[in-house]
Amino acid sequence: MIEIVATAGLATVQDLGRSGSLRYGVGRAGAMDRVSLAAANLLLGNEEDAAGIEIQIFPFTLCFTGPCGFALTGADCGAKLDGTNLLPWSAYTATTGQELTLGLPSPGPSRAYLALSGGVDVPEVLGSRSTQLRGAFGGLEGRALQAGDRLSAAAPGTGRGGFGLVPPKLGDPVRVLPAAEYDLLTETAQDLVWSTAWKITAQSDRYGYRLAGETLTFAEPVEMLSHGIVPGVIQLPPSGQPIVQMSDAQPSGGYPKIGTVIDADLWRLGQAPIGGRIRFARTTWSEAVAAGEALRRWLAEAGRLIRLQRGRT
Amino acid sequence: MTGTPKLSLLGTMALLFEAPGPPVLESQQRIWALSRAAADWPEIEEAVPGVNNLMLTFRTAPRNVAPLQERVLAAWAEAKPIALQGRVLELPVVYGGDGGPHLPEVTAHTGLSVDDVIDLHTAPTYPVYALGSHPGYCYLGGMDKRIATPRRKVPVLSIPGGAVSIGGEQTGVSASAGPSGWNTIGTTSLRFFDPERSPPALLRPGDAIRFRAEKVVR
Repeated sequence: MIEIVATAGLATVQDLGRSGSLRYGVGRAGAMDRVSLAAANLLLGNEEDAAGIEIQIFPFTLCFTGPCGFALTGADCGAKLDGTNLLPWSAYTATTGQELTLGLPSPGPSRAYLALSGGVDVPEVLGSRSTQLRGAFGGLEGRALQAGDRLSAAAPGTGRGGFGLVPPKLGDPVRVLPAAEYDLLTETAQDLVWSTAWKITAQSDRYGYRLAGETLTFAEPVEMLSHGIVPGVIQLPPSGQPIVQMSDAQPSGGYPKIGTVIDADLWRLGQAPIGGRIRFARTTWSEAVAAGEALRRWLAEAGRLIRLQRGRT
Repeated sequence: MTGTPKLSLLGTMALLFEAPGPPVLESQQRIWALSRAAADWPEIEEAVPGVNNLMLTFRTAPRNVAPLQERVLAAWAEAKPIALQGRVLELPVVYGGDGGPHLPEVTAHTGLSVDDVIDLHTAPTYPVYALGSHPGYCYLGGMDKRIATPRRKVPVLSIPGGAVSIGGEQTGVSASAGPSGWNTIGTTSLRFFDPERSPPALLRPGDAIRFRAEKVVR
């Protein structure tokens, strides 16, 4: 259905992630911005958790080898279909031979999501179609997409184009719940967690964001036993520079944890560009739970509006 | 077992239970028991044993997490050690050289000779406490504390599959290439994970590993 014509690297097939295999050492993987991927799927009438393509380095070009509905969300990359400008966060229908090009993102979100009608049709491995880079399975052969790769849509004839969504606000900062070893930081370091504008260094990827800023120190050295972690956990290695675990996070780790970016804000962090700065805002359990519920309401409302639109066209 | 267990939250997605006391096998056997019990609770998506600890992931974030925390503590108080009797796997290891670049740091930190480190590393039968880190990776118990070496200040961006390493008071073998904060002292070859197999991991908690020094590169 599609053939990758040109990719600058690191484009992968992702769904909302893999669950239930943490005890075998298999992490979640899945889209860095799960809200954008879910929205792209909704635009086509797909299940929210259908597999799409996450594109994080541009330009990216593909050719439709058959007619297919598609939707783009996430970064606004000045997408063009055979040279015609496309609106961001919208669904379209492509005909055989048409070429889709994504250029450099405008300021704002940094990762783009492409959904195809019915979802990208790759085999489910351990309950998910997400690419698991470490261990090389899921997605397309467990690796990033390359020029010449061909992928099919599960139901190319479904999902008409011609309408879009207003993207949710990215905003700043991201909300964080303090984690077990936060209290072991010096008082100065505790303050610095919240007051520092943390730089996302070039050594950041889908595994994690390595941050640079003030050096955080514990009152005494902390050596931990290996324990389960989830995406969003902010670890503090002895260097004193925090690492935020992201979608390809290992399912366990051993560095002390100073906080966890709440699940409802993880998609926003997933859209932060390398070289950019982020701030952490302290939150509470009830605020974090409410934020998760608000996000689910947003997706439900988006789904409702799209179904109304699709009924009309 | 005395001491107070520690409960903490990983955002709204998971809860971490840490057993009191040192990570001895009997404590780990209670962790396995707690894991089996909690895996059946309706609000729990997955029970994930670590080393002397257990992570419970939630299906959805509970409005009030206190009842679940109390339930975990009550289940721990009742948990009896389960003695799992698995198989013992012997792994030939090439210590030092390009495949064990941090061996000098382990000798420097411990003040032991290369031979002493290898003798102490190959002596025990290491029980698999838990799987984690990456697909098929085993956390092992029973390392001799004399060769304990702190994790690296800055993680290495990629170590190869089959890397035998020490991190703090733990040792293990990487199952595939990836980043690591541990000190790599040697290398071995074995396929620990196959996603098409059920279960996908070669080893499970209760199995054990022995290391044999096949070669030492000085």
